[in-house]
Amino acid sequence: MTQAIPLLRSIQAINWNRVTDEVDQDVWDRLTSNFWLPEKIPLSNDIPSWRTLKPLEQLMTTRVFTGLTMLDTIQGTVGAVSLIPDASTPHEEAVYTNIAFMESVHAKSYSSIFSTLISTAEIDDAFRWSEENEHLQRKGRIILDHYHGDDPAKRKVASTMLESFLFYSGFYAPMYWSSRAKLTNTADLIRLIIRDEAVHGYYIGYKYQRALASTSAERRAELKDYTFSLLYELYDNEEAYTEDLYDPLGLTEDVKMFLRYNANKALMNLGYEALFPKDATAVSPAILSALSPNADENHDFFSGSGSSYVMGKAVNTEDEDWEF
Amino acid sequence: MRLVYFSSASENTHRFVQKLDLDAVRIPLRRADEPLTVSEPYVLLLPTYGGGATGGAVPKQVIRFLNYPDNRALIRGVISAGNTNFGEAYCLAGDIVAAKCRVPHLDRFELLGTPDDVARIRERLTTP
Repeated sequence: MTQAIPLLRSIQAINWNRVTDEVDQDVWDRLTSNFWLPEKIPLSNDIPSWRTLKPLEQLMTTRVFTGLTMLDTIQGTVGAVSLIPDASTPHEEAVYTNIAFMESVHAKSYSSIFSTLISTAEIDDAFRWSEENEHLQRKGRIILDHYHGDDPAKRKVASTMLESFLFYSGFYAPMYWSSRAKLTNTADLIRLIIRDEAVHGYYIGYKYQRALASTSAERRAELKDYTFSLLYELYDNEEAYTEDLYDPLGLTEDVKMFLRYNANKALMNLGYEALFPKDATAVSPAILSALSPNADENHDFFSGSGSSYVMGKAVNTEDEDWEF
Repeated sequence: MRLVYFSSASENTHRFVQKLDLDAVRIPLRRADEPLTVSEPYVLLLPTYGGGATGGAVPKQVIRFLNYPDNRALIRGVISAGNTNFGEAYCLAGDIVAAKCRVPHLDRFELLGTPDDVARIRERLTTP
């Protein structure tokens, strides 16, 4: 696949004073205001906690992070970039460049985690594992094949699947440790990544729905079939990948709940109904609460361990526009 | 109970309301639109604009609607949509409106809502 990407159809200067889709502006503002770098997170505070993990637990965690590194690498260098030529507005192109850059920040963050917690030899072993693991490689291959296809709408579907579904077999691990008050700084960093991916998935899914709105009923039906068959293909592979990672720790079934919960959200980002029923998506409350302390109205404030205060986050309960 | 809702250009919340199949009025999206005024008690359904440190969780259009004292006086509860991936900001807009207007934050759901969310919230709104 060496076809040249037509980066510019004609030479047009971007005019942010004439925004045709206000979602472009909203998402640009949201993404730029959410900007962060891994150096802001005091990862080294997790070193004592890392030493309390058993060897099998450390191995699983290290492998999880190499898998996430691979996905973010794909999304930063191929995925988000492949969407640029399909953009319907110059502002949409600009948003994709932001998404691509941020994915590269994410990919680099895992290296910060590695270099803080793990020896060079262990890092090399983990990367070798990720290159040899059949299911991780297959996951990357499926997505890359779809990015290199010639259908812009299908690229958006594949991208939304990656942003909103494929990361979560990996994100489970740091949420699990966070729920046990371990690796809490690492979890803070992962939460920032999760927040970014949520905006990316929303935006790409929204652009997909916009593109669909002006097509025929046959085309919409074709794309819906395509989306669900891609989801099934990816889901089967994710189950196998999850077993490789989490079987030694007996966590696989709970991780699968988390997979299905997120698969539903990927479908919703694309405008489709959730596929998996409630009892197949019953993520353990501890994980949900690690993800989002607000999700459970009765959450125990004091169990919300972590050090997010280090980031100096503003609590946005006041709004200057609020004129009461 | 009457339902007043806001949905952005993504139409996510609008689609949830369609599934509820209840009488509902929508807060206008554009500044140029005629402002909405209400004359009966209502529950407000709104999405949260997600996460981050910049504020703006409550859509501007909802703020404009609630800045009419007559509208504000009739709100009886809030239901909000969000995404748990926004961490502490999950459904934050509902928390903010509930605190500002001193009404209960009745329920939350994610994105387009699952069939269970639709059934539960429908029942909540139709039970006197």
